[in-house]
Amino acid sequence: MASNSSGGSSDRQRIAQQRLSIIAGHLQRPEDGEWAIGAEECKAQGSKPNVSSKGRTVPRRRQEIMKWNGWGYVDSKFQFNKKGQAEFTGKRYRLSGMVMPALKEWFESTFGASLQHKTPASAIPNSSAVQPPILNEAFVEDLKSTGIPFSQDAEDRVFRAHGHCLHEIFALREGKVGRVPDMVVWPSNHNDVVKIVELACKHNVCLIPYGGGTSVSSALECPPEETRTIVSVDTSQMNRILWIDEKNLTAHVEAGIVGQELERLLNESGYCTGHEPDSMEFSSLGGWVATRASGMKKNIYGNIEDLVVHIRMVTPQGVIEKSCQGPRMSTGPDIHHFILGSEGTLGVVTEVTMKIRPMPEYQKYGSVVFPNFEQGVACLREVLTLITNVFAGHALKPQKFYITKFKGFDPNRLCVATLLFEGDRERVLQHEKQVYDIAAKFGGLAAGEDNGQRGYMLTFVIAYLRDLGMDYYVIGESFETSVPWDRVLDICRNVKERIIRECKERGVQFPPLSTCRVTQTYDAGACVYFYFAFNYRGLSDPVHVYEQVEHAARDEILANGGSLSHHHGVGKLRKEWMRETVSRVGMGMLKSVKDYVDPGNIFGNRNLL
Amino acid sequence: MTNTYRESDRLCLENEEFVDILEERRHSSDLGHAFRTFSPHPYKGAPPCSAGELSKTVLDSQHLRYVTKEIATETGASVDEVKDDARVILEEMSQNLQLGFIRLMGYTLTKVFKRLFTSIYVNMEGLSMLQQAVQDSPVILMPNHRSYVDFLIISYVLFTYDIPIPVIAAGIPLAGMKIVGEILRRSGAFFIRRAIGSDKLYWAVLSEYVRTIVRMGFAPLEFYVEGLRSRTLKSLTPKLGMMHMVLEPYFKGEVYDITLVPISISYDRVLEESLLAHELLGVPKPKESTTGLLKASRVLQENYGSMHVNFGRPVSVRQLCQGKINRCQYNLIPRDLPQGPSAEVQACVSWIAHLVVRLQEQGSFISPWSLMACLFLQAPASALTEQGLPWQQLTEKTLWLKKLALSFGARLHWPGQTPDADVLSSTIALHRSVIYRKSGRVFLLLEDEPARKRPISAVDGVNRTAAAVLMLASYRNQSLHVFIRPALLATAVRITKSTRRDELFVFFCFLQDIFSNEFIFIPGKSSQDFEEACFLLKECGGICVGQEEVTEAEAGLEVLSFLCALLQPFIDSYQVIFSFLYELEAHVFSEKEFVPAVRSFATKLILSGDLHTYEALSSDTQKNILSAVRRLGAVTKLRVSEQNEYKVNKGAVRQIENILSGKIPPQMLQTAPDARL
Repeated sequence: MASNSSGGSSDRQRIAQQRLSIIAGHLQRPEDGEWAIGAEECKAQGSKPNVSSKGRTVPRRRQEIMKWNGWGYVDSKFQFNKKGQAEFTGKRYRLSGMVMPALKEWFESTFGASLQHKTPASAIPNSSAVQPPILNEAFVEDLKSTGIPFSQDAEDRVFRAHGHCLHEIFALREGKVGRVPDMVVWPSNHNDVVKIVELACKHNVCLIPYGGGTSVSSALECPPEETRTIVSVDTSQMNRILWIDEKNLTAHVEAGIVGQELERLLNESGYCTGHEPDSMEFSSLGGWVATRASGMKKNIYGNIEDLVVHIRMVTPQGVIEKSCQGPRMSTGPDIHHFILGSEGTLGVVTEVTMKIRPMPEYQKYGSVVFPNFEQGVACLREVLTLITNVFAGHALKPQKFYITKFKGFDPNRLCVATLLFEGDRERVLQHEKQVYDIAAKFGGLAAGEDNGQRGYMLTFVIAYLRDLGMDYYVIGESFETSVPWDRVLDICRNVKERIIRECKERGVQFPPLSTCRVTQTYDAGACVYFYFAFNYRGLSDPVHVYEQVEHAARDEILANGGSLSHHHGVGKLRKEWMRETVSRVGMGMLKSVKDYVDPGNIFGNRNLL
Repeated sequence: MTNTYRESDRLCLENEEFVDILEERRHSSDLGHAFRTFSPHPYKGAPPCSAGELSKTVLDSQHLRYVTKEIATETGASVDEVKDDARVILEEMSQNLQLGFIRLMGYTLTKVFKRLFTSIYVNMEGLSMLQQAVQDSPVILMPNHRSYVDFLIISYVLFTYDIPIPVIAAGIPLAGMKIVGEILRRSGAFFIRRAIGSDKLYWAVLSEYVRTIVRMGFAPLEFYVEGLRSRTLKSLTPKLGMMHMVLEPYFKGEVYDITLVPISISYDRVLEESLLAHELLGVPKPKESTTGLLKASRVLQENYGSMHVNFGRPVSVRQLCQGKINRCQYNLIPRDLPQGPSAEVQACVSWIAHLVVRLQEQGSFISPWSLMACLFLQAPASALTEQGLPWQQLTEKTLWLKKLALSFGARLHWPGQTPDADVLSSTIALHRSVIYRKSGRVFLLLEDEPARKRPISAVDGVNRTAAAVLMLASYRNQSLHVFIRPALLATAVRITKSTRRDELFVFFCFLQDIFSNEFIFIPGKSSQDFEEACFLLKECGGICVGQEEVTEAEAGLEVLSFLCALLQPFIDSYQVIFSFLYELEAHVFSEKEFVPAVRSFATKLILSGDLHTYEALSSDTQKNILSAVRRLGAVTKLRVSEQNEYKVNKGAVRQIENILSGKIPPQMLQTAPDARL
């Protein structure tokens, strides 16, 4: 999934050499030369996501434009053509239609994969392969009378039975389908949701809210032991901006809207939210709230909890919301914080008021190469403290400078930091210079705008790479944590090492890709992403091996002072660590909230607790 | 409970290749060896770190900054003053490893070793495992400590085989030796004060220094977990301070793993042999000085047989701690701040330290001489000095014991091609400083009389015999770890006269408890130890083991008698001191008066013929007993002043004495905490 690799040490050295020469070449001739590593091609061709897409809304039948068993749009994917060259299909991305000769070499050398050894996905299962729906007839009758559209179609149901965890996608590619929702319902506004929840309570039906479907925590999996009718509440049709308040710079938005559309609609009025999670093409506002999402530009704009001013959620006990839009309140514990991160266990988020900002007048990408990861991390921290001091007085206007990306290859080798500066032109240029000066203190070299833009844009196509890998015996995933600054280097080294050793112990035949990067920075720490993938030829149960290794890696993260999750959430995948994470009393608090708000466990996805 | 561990232990013994590293030195140039190309592969290609850089890192560390500030606040001194103090401590401590000096040492040691030893055996498999381990994670070399010769032998071997030279923790007295101190420093030694006590700054500097070495991993760290050179040649109870410092970087996640390499160094004959006994009898240890060393050069004229350096299988700390340590406990306090270890960590560190010492024991080689010493000591001292033992009988008995030792899994250094009689004869010849053979009998050699006018007193006579006996006892001690578990069981069978397995186990645990300063038992492993003892004694025909019952086998007399007699000197010594404590007039005594008082008490009993072992005179035994009675709560420390004072609970002492002599039946004993039968 990542552009950088750490396979066998000789491979790594060779790739590092390549990288060095690429960067050196780039420093001399910014627009010239062929890129030796495939993943770099995507960056090179990266573009604003999906600008060409005309459809304003996510259709009810999502499978018509989106893959049912992989990431993103049906028409967009990496594949190897007849000449064995990688290409990206479709027309949506600027990368689309491009041929990337170097990707094959990178792919083969990193994973020991071969184009001869394919593992194609199976076709979409026909409706007979899917369990017939368990239907609560009385509920269906009452629902019909409300006029809210719903479906019991097998494809619709299968599509909403999973997120994007490796095991979920792997099972789909093998044509295996477990417990799926019994029906899908599409409310088109807050009142529809109120009706649906009322009916669910009345007839004791299980509801699972469904937003963008990009979960990576098994949060959307239907509990196999659930015997009631499971209704997937698809919020995609609740996608309007209800109003924009230009005096207070807020917008009131229906929670089903997906990120790219929210951004596009606001841009039309000259505004933005600045919230850009990697999944923003598909993930929804309600999903962000329910999982405590974080975006790449959070250093300027803030995380979702900083962005929301008001939240409206429908629960079995009724609607919860605040009575005003004061920017901060001292009224006991903030009830927003029961909603933020509730992962669909308490109700459906229907409307959100969030902060907006004028679109930045000028954007500039940049990048810095450091001799090693340690110095990169040290610089990143320095930049953060210095710049916050320098610009403490400019809180109102959009922050201008910003670090998005930070890619570590290996603790002992060079790494690249990619930067994005936003604001008015003069300021941007001034800050840019300051950052490069600081970077120079840590041995960093400015490596050009293009490199920065590529790194930034890679985020949106990176998820497509996993599907390519899965066609050729390569499985992998990323997972994240947050950790205090002084532990960043230790946690990176220890977790990567643990992954490599666990793979070896569990019989993985090829050296795994085990790498990491720092993606977000805070005053007191950073968010670290780990990328882990391996070639599973020769393993009888690769997903099980994968899960064991990821489990061990999570243990290692916790033992090294990392958090259970920075923004992916807990879902069902990480539930077992919740008690030690929030303490027994903390669990009791959460449990009592759940017991009060939803005594009948109508929102029965069994996440979190 | 399964007994398979024994078999698997024994498997490791097969196919070991030991190479005599002196062999090559005898055939090629010593200078060539000293100037060989040295190109080790250190941990993850860690760059070499100069002594200056290391010191700077330590002084600049957050931990030291914190402690410095704290001390400044407490004492009213300025931070800079405290920092200067820290710098002075660090200067006194620092190693200054230089390859040039290693070469010089290499050259000198080759000359010395060739003169002293017939051969130095090193296991090649252990070395190649070490070579690999050094690249994977920081390595801690943990040798046992029986002689000053230990000190540089490991560096010498690693230099010869292209493995990074270790930095070595040494006692500060060595640093005080003219020239030698500096040579050791440049060969990688760093120096630690003996009694650090509550010197906060010293602790802080030392612990940061050690942790920095481990974290950086530019060189392996070598230290003696026993803390001191063992005067009795028996394993010592491990000291935990250094162990804590070494393991902390793993607990706190600063390194992925740490590898411990137990190393067993065994000697046929120890250079300091006569010194040892005198130290134990209260002749104070000569201060380490260069002239002392030069005087000791007399020892260079003698032959000391063979030496074995057995590099044990590297042990991963990460694996050892699995399920024992929750590393999350360090999440809530900055890792740079001093933080006392939790009970969980203390238990785990102690367990690891004991485990390493056990591994050292299992890796050590036992000489025929040590087996003979076991047998000698079972005869009355007077028989040894006056009548002598018949050589023929001694030979037969030694060969019998050899078989027993092998069946207990011992590693013997027994030349295979030579006839047994010749092996034993040459053993006697090697140890002619202790023993001599005359007309078919073997006698204990007492030290030459100092030319004196007046006849020696009876007390002097006791001391003279004691010196010889204690020297013998030291060599016996080299093989005690092989026999100790079955010996405890045999003793339990004989003393309790019980046949019930559960009762024997309770008594076995009692013995382990009371002797835990004497012998190394891994905490919490009593049941396995008991099972092991049952298994071994059954295998050699000593006992019959049923579901509920353990009985003496008909043919078991010889084995059981031997094992009980092996332990008898310890039991006698303990009983003597129990009576001493019991008969004490006051209830309070000071540490200072304890040792001489016990010594004269025991001497009287020896002279009156009531005490048969001279080992009660050993200060080591006396200290161990004091620790044991303190641990058992029969004696409590009153004051920590210049004179440590103790209060005796005579009832409790009597109770222990009665249990040990079998006057209290085992069913009356409390069940040991970890009794799992």
